[in-house]
Amino acid sequence: MAISQEDYLGITDYKVVGTRPVRHDGADKVTGRAIYGTDLNLPDMLHARVLRSPHAHARVKSIDTGKAEALEGVRAVVTGQDLALNAEEQLADLGEEVVRVKDMCAAVLAREKVLYQGYPVAAVAATNIHIAEEALDLIEVEYEVLPHVLDVREAMKDGAPLVHEDQRTNSMGERSENFSNIASHFRTELGDIEQGFSESDVVVEREFLTDMVHQGYIEPQNATVLWNADDVVTIWCSNQGAFGVRDQTARILGIPVSQIKVVPLEIGGGFGGKIKAYLEPIAALLSRKTGHPVKMIMTRTEVLQATGPTSGSWIRVKMGATNDGKLVAAESELVYEAGAFSGSPVGAGARNMLAPYVIPHVLVDGYDVVNNKPSSSAYRAPGTTNAAFAVETVVDELAEKLGVDPLEFRLNNSAKEGTRRADGPVNKRIGHEECVRAAVSSDHYQAALDGKYRGRGVASGFWGNGGGVSSAAASVNDDGTINLVEGSTDIGGTRTSVAMQMAEVLGISEQEIRPQVGDTDSIGYTGVTGGSRTTFATGWAAYKCAQDIKEQMMARAAILWEISEDDVEFDQGVFQSKSDPSKSITFKDLAAKLDSTGGPVMGRATAKPTGVGGAYAVAIVDVEVDPDTGKVDILRASIFQDAGKAIYPPYVEGQMQGGVAQAIGWALNEEYVYDEDGILRNSSLLDYRMPTCLDLPMIDAHIVEVPNPGHPYGVRGVGEVPIVPPTAAVANAIYDAIGLRLTELPMSPPRVLEAWWDKNGGNGSA
Amino acid sequence: MPGKVHVTTTINGESVEFLCEPRQTILEVLRDQLDLTGTKEGCSNGNCGACSILVDGNVIDSCLMMGVEAEGQEITTIEGVASADGLHPLQQKFLEHAALQCGICTPGFIVAAKALLDQESDPSEERIRLYLAGNLCRCTGYDKIVRAVQDAASEMAE
Repeated sequence: MAISQEDYLGITDYKVVGTRPVRHDGADKVTGRAIYGTDLNLPDMLHARVLRSPHAHARVKSIDTGKAEALEGVRAVVTGQDLALNAEEQLADLGEEVVRVKDMCAAVLAREKVLYQGYPVAAVAATNIHIAEEALDLIEVEYEVLPHVLDVREAMKDGAPLVHEDQRTNSMGERSENFSNIASHFRTELGDIEQGFSESDVVVEREFLTDMVHQGYIEPQNATVLWNADDVVTIWCSNQGAFGVRDQTARILGIPVSQIKVVPLEIGGGFGGKIKAYLEPIAALLSRKTGHPVKMIMTRTEVLQATGPTSGSWIRVKMGATNDGKLVAAESELVYEAGAFSGSPVGAGARNMLAPYVIPHVLVDGYDVVNNKPSSSAYRAPGTTNAAFAVETVVDELAEKLGVDPLEFRLNNSAKEGTRRADGPVNKRIGHEECVRAAVSSDHYQAALDGKYRGRGVASGFWGNGGGVSSAAASVNDDGTINLVEGSTDIGGTRTSVAMQMAEVLGISEQEIRPQVGDTDSIGYTGVTGGSRTTFATGWAAYKCAQDIKEQMMARAAILWEISEDDVEFDQGVFQSKSDPSKSITFKDLAAKLDSTGGPVMGRATAKPTGVGGAYAVAIVDVEVDPDTGKVDILRASIFQDAGKAIYPPYVEGQMQGGVAQAIGWALNEEYVYDEDGILRNSSLLDYRMPTCLDLPMIDAHIVEVPNPGHPYGVRGVGEVPIVPPTAAVANAIYDAIGLRLTELPMSPPRVLEAWWDKNGGNGSA
Repeated sequence: MPGKVHVTTTINGESVEFLCEPRQTILEVLRDQLDLTGTKEGCSNGNCGACSILVDGNVIDSCLMMGVEAEGQEITTIEGVASADGLHPLQQKFLEHAALQCGICTPGFIVAAKALLDQESDPSEERIRLYLAGNLCRCTGYDKIVRAVQDAASEMAE
């Protein structure tokens, strides 16, 4: 099928794009030399720790820091009173989530109330970490414990304890009379839902529950800050966006961004959870108070208690299809827990959940609900995994009732170019059908799966991907190499995927480009590494930057040959005179003549690309269920994903495999376990159990390439969509294995056993 | 607080002396006193393996070992895995197989995998997965890590 031409160049003989070089920062990372946020040590540095709330919901009546301040080695203590009160009602777009400025400030250190166990209350800077730790015990906080609410549907009820006494529900622009934990409600409507169900021959309706889960990056949050005597604030941290940290810290401290420089150090994973600035503003206050650089690192318990998990949810899905296998109606209610502050990803879940399909009649209601749990943050395809778990389970059941193969059913109802999504947009060129076809014809799907208690499940998923703004600057060295500075935090090989796009333009090797991530004083504004935008948008900036260099170099060739610029052409790294082809020079040789043709050449570009291409993926999972223990083993897992064009395939595969692994953890083990007092009972990596390599098989990653018409090389974001389909694929595989539809995540051994016993009676021993 | 303890140990083949408080872990000593920051801290309670080091050839979570326990031991950290001749085959294979994304768990995995390959020349996939089950990676799904270790084992056997 032809690709509609917008920005896509239709190149068929790439030289660099699509190859598998070793990443530029590889040697540093396999030898331990790479400097991550926590690896930085500065002279005269102090170490700080945070005192956190032991209660799920309480009023802070008083804080006495006297004894802590008197401890030898303690240099400063700060509380919420050290923060300027900022009650702005405006919204701040953090890149992959939108928050209220007022909430962003209130979340840093408690002023009046603590809203979840682990809420920051005070912080201590001391000459070493152990003294800071000891001093926390000496801070006396008087709390008035308030009733709390943990369950998201309980929180919606009239009379539930209010997390925010002044919050009214924003229901499609209308403010409610009453105060409520429901922060907002929205509705998406297409066609006529009543008509849709009246036309349906088969209808399936189910309710689903998912728990909060954490991003689970291995490097805890950290920040080192120096508030210098000249009031310049330098922040060294490992966040998904240096500019995002600058913006948030400026807003929270009430100082201009020009006063802050953020130096991005290497980052140990993020998945959306390292966008918010949790520690940077606190370390800045402590540094201002002491005159020393202050370093802060969260413990793992703090990471789990007090940094963004993604929302748990209650979801109802009702879908109808005709006997000839066409989906005609879909109705859903999505209730997402935002935790302490509004801003759950329920909107994204609602937008994406039905995107793989063409459905004429749709009605979706979404609710963003606060409760006494940590404030949720973005997590890889925010909101969408929960919703896809629900929809893809129902789609599987419809296919089963109609006696149609589940992939064939998906193909028969697939969204394609020109069809309209329920939330409005008309699809551009998309690759869902191609992913389904790749899955159908795969070895995995064609292979027989024998054995008692074994089953196979499939599911589809969609993520819209992000665009945003990016900057790139590059200087040409006289040996023909290029130093490239870009602004995107590199979480998994994007220095290289960005440099490869520059190399492709200039006809040189990616190894002749030295990419680095600049600090906020050294490179133009660049949004967070999130939304699967970096290879797409920062890659685009590098592509434009390379065009800038190319044009300047063509002008230099014209000077060298004393011909008109119009007479110079460039192809595959060689400049040539059109009128006299004997005049020819390579990029490298011309780079050596820059001094004699006018001086250095630097390229620069910014990009705000609009041609974002959404991404689809399809997962196949084989499981074996142990009916004695309820344990589910993953026997085989495959993921088929439209990458548009895979610029750097090994790292595209890596994103796909990693997304599947996180989804399997979400499907089978991971959950936040709160007791009735609102205390998190599993705040360690022993008890919050993420998959180990013993829990997983090899994960077959099949890259499908349906070029995105909105990018010169056809790139689609790849990072997020692979987490979307597998939870439902696991659920559908469990159904295939033991005939039980599990509708709660995680499908942990107790839940599987309980369902098995309900069906088979007694203790279910088979 | 009792005074500091004098410890003599061997790290990456070099004799090293340091003073540490009894409450300091060897991880803290390595990272904050000896500037060996290649060993990472992910959880501080022995569940993630990012701080894996070798003590007399055995894989240890250095967050669970006190600094004073290093007395007389032979310690290898990630900084001691490569030699002046170049990268260890495991390091090379991690690069070739793209067996890292963010890289924070990578030192721990390489150190743990080295311990395995020092003991066994031809481990099966299952053996590798069992041996590395104490090291968490959140980025890769382990596929490429396991393949890199398998490939390094083959190369080292040649």
